[in-house]
Amino acid sequence: MDGTGRDFVQYIPRLRRYARALTGERARADDLVQDALERALVKFHLWQPGSDLRAWLFTVMHNVYINQLRAQPAGITYGLDDEAIQVATRATQSDLLEVRDLQTALLRLPEEQREVLLLVGLEQMTYQETAGVLGIPIGTVMSRLSRARERLRALLAGSAVHSTLKVVK
Amino acid sequence: MTQQLPVTEAELHAYVDSLLPETRRAEIEAYLATHAEDAQRVRVWREQNHALHELFDPVLGEALPARVRNPALLRRMRPALRYAAVAAWLALGGVAGWYLHDYDTAKSVDAVAFARQAAIAHAVYSPEVRHPVEVGADQEAHLVGWLSKRLGASLRVPQLTAVGYQLVGGRLLPGSRGPVAQFMFQDGNGQRLTLYVRNGAGDSKETAFRYAQERNVSVFYWLDGKSGYALSGEIDKAELLRVAKVVYQQLNP
Repeated sequence: MDGTGRDFVQYIPRLRRYARALTGERARADDLVQDALERALVKFHLWQPGSDLRAWLFTVMHNVYINQLRAQPAGITYGLDDEAIQVATRATQSDLLEVRDLQTALLRLPEEQREVLLLVGLEQMTYQETAGVLGIPIGTVMSRLSRARERLRALLAGSAVHSTLKVVK
Repeated sequence: MTQQLPVTEAELHAYVDSLLPETRRAEIEAYLATHAEDAQRVRVWREQNHALHELFDPVLGEALPARVRNPALLRRMRPALRYAAVAAWLALGGVAGWYLHDYDTAKSVDAVAFARQAAIAHAVYSPEVRHPVEVGADQEAHLVGWLSKRLGASLRVPQLTAVGYQLVGGRLLPGSRGPVAQFMFQDGNGQRLTLYVRNGAGDSKETAFRYAQERNVSVFYWLDGKSGYALSGEIDKAELLRVAKVVYQQLNP
């Protein structure tokens, strides 16, 4: 109980980081984390002591996220909010436009590719862990990762040509 | 030179993500040295990982918003779920979250468990709007008589008006060693304290005031012969101590 208990709380910043990258918005990300934590509390008896708590928490959040997406009317896209851009400027000394490009490009990836890219590239999970969290075969993880990285490469290469970028509201 | 296995797309990704064994890593590097197009893709993918960290790692350092760290989020939950959820939430803090002065005997373990149960009961019932208690202060005589009968002891309810708290009422709860009583008090701002009382816990040696804290709930508790008392509240330690002293004086004249 000692180690895991502290870990649970320790993972909250990581859940927030992932949620921020996934949704592109601070408020929506914290809604997601809050909902996931509530769900995790209710379902805590299902967690197997000794198993990977981080993976379990991310699995819970993934399921909550998928349910939220299904509940949304189709066709809604989320633009960047001001806070996301503020975070971005704090995050790096580089040109705001460049940062905004990455954020925008990320949001243009299909959800399923974005999740894989972020779990691997940002959360630094192994492919096996990522497959477990998302409930998909490892081969699917690899193909989604490959498509995500290539698509991101194409999007960012394209935006470098078009220097002015409109943020879609 | 040894025969190399063909390099797969998956391995190029694993190379970027540092998920390859060292020997294979060296082979991939040798491969990339002679395949410029793949080397370029790998370089871009690695930059993507780096850029993701640059963009989002600052989130790790942000102060947590209250709604993701405060158990108050539990208040929206249905009461039936809330008890289990609060118990889980407090358990998550683990023993490390408690300020233990003495942890070397079974009795002190029992005392700590008692304080924790009191904290859980406080967290469950003090946010309750419609049914904070089973029997209200308007039926105080009945409340005390009923709980005394169930606990098998002559209970007394401290009068805390002098320190700003009015009795709201009380309820009967299951404890690890039989029935437990919870009395709830409230000040003019709606700030609630609960007094958790058990009886018949054997020959507990008298303990001094002890203090425990988990999340936002502070607890002062003491065991006295067969009885145990724990005063819980989401207020600071000094304020809670001020009230706890009054409770102690009235119950142990």
